[in-house]
Amino acid sequence: MSTVRVLVGTRKGAFILTSDGKRKDWQVSEPLFTGWEIYHLKGSPADPNRLFASQCSGWFGQQIQRSDDGGVNWEPVGNKFTYDGVPGTHQWYDGTAHPWEFKRVWHLEPSLADPDLVYAGVEDAALFKSSDGGATWEELAGLRGHDTGPHWQPGAGGMCLHTIILDPADAGRMYIAISAAGAFRTDDGGKNWKPINKGLVSNFIPNPTAEVGHCVHHVAMHRERPGVLFMQKHWDVMRSDNAGESWQEVSGNLPTDFGFAIDVHAHEPETLYVVPIKSDSEHFPLEGKLRVYRSRTGGNEWEALTKGLPQKDCYVNVLRDAMAVDSLDECGVYFGTTGGQVYASADAGDNWTPIVRDLPAVLSVEVQTLA
Amino acid sequence: MSGAMRTVKVVLPYHLRTLAKVGAEVEVEVAEPVTVRRVLDALENSYPMLRGTIRDHETQKRRPFLRFFACEQDLSHDATDAPLPDEVVTGKEPLLIIGAIAGG
Repeated sequence: MSTVRVLVGTRKGAFILTSDGKRKDWQVSEPLFTGWEIYHLKGSPADPNRLFASQCSGWFGQQIQRSDDGGVNWEPVGNKFTYDGVPGTHQWYDGTAHPWEFKRVWHLEPSLADPDLVYAGVEDAALFKSSDGGATWEELAGLRGHDTGPHWQPGAGGMCLHTIILDPADAGRMYIAISAAGAFRTDDGGKNWKPINKGLVSNFIPNPTAEVGHCVHHVAMHRERPGVLFMQKHWDVMRSDNAGESWQEVSGNLPTDFGFAIDVHAHEPETLYVVPIKSDSEHFPLEGKLRVYRSRTGGNEWEALTKGLPQKDCYVNVLRDAMAVDSLDECGVYFGTTGGQVYASADAGDNWTPIVRDLPAVLSVEVQTLA
Repeated sequence: MSGAMRTVKVVLPYHLRTLAKVGAEVEVEVAEPVTVRRVLDALENSYPMLRGTIRDHETQKRRPFLRFFACEQDLSHDATDAPLPDEVVTGKEPLLIIGAIAGG
């Protein structure tokens, strides 16, 4: 019987939720790293018992924790993130030059093949790599060194590199996204980077179709179709069929196309999930109804999924890294809210139940499907 | 030149105790003259996970929401190479590392 392990990062610690393949009865771990912000936890596809966690605090800074036994025991590993060379400047909110300053790790992306290799996306936006299981970190400075780097600006949540996608078919190719610079791709393992924002239209920047400056909230990919990308931008849901060379809007009939989270069904590459949020000024669901929207056509045509989700008086948010899918035959879908609920659907979104209701605000949700 | 070794008591804030998996108070061996810098060097050598949590990795500046107290004095703004009070050097009083009270 398979096991599903849901890794939940919150404002005040981490939690591991475990069930068998039926996904009906769940065990909730004791809180881990209590009182610390856990921006992200993720397991290594190459060694599922190896987990990484980004632990941070306004008082004590950044830690990276690693477990080699599926989350039972944890040890702090390397927490020194030093920008390569002279850091230089990016643009501040008011358009002035501002020095690059490390603040926190938003996202950890373990290698698909090597359990000692893991990438970290940080604020202020940069990509770091560890080849020794998180003990030491080096910047892949070609990204921040891109000609456009001095013009990148933070979004409201800071200038964070929040999305890292590894191409399972091409070890040299990866995608990242930065708020509010946009999406970038490397084809040579991180030495050189290319902005991939053609087709994005952002009316809140001086040139709405600029090469960079777009507030990309999240990007998702189906591992069997690595050239096809789906994006939840600040406003607009987008897709690319050519590895980000160009994008088309697929918001279609969504009631609002603002949002943060987006993910793809484990077995149906044209089935997508988003959680529409009212607006950039009001970060909660429309009409107080928490609705996941599913498209089975790769976008444009969307259906509301509401069974088991609150349909009145709900004013939570679902953050960018707080949705994930499992890979069981009937795909499970999971998301966490800023109200502390983690919802699960064992039938691809048709029906939802809360695994837990009262955690601290959920920052991230990842799922491991274990044999 | 370093002088005689002293055993210095250090009281850590709660979250650093859990990080380092220690109790409220730890003891470190520090060569005289006993200063904040030397105490932190010894502390970080004994507990490497504390590197970067009390002072910046690169600049060695105290993190802004932390303070150093001892003998009912705030030593946070003293030079980190200034000698600590005799009561700390002799182990009668601890060096307190305090996290600011803030947040929710």
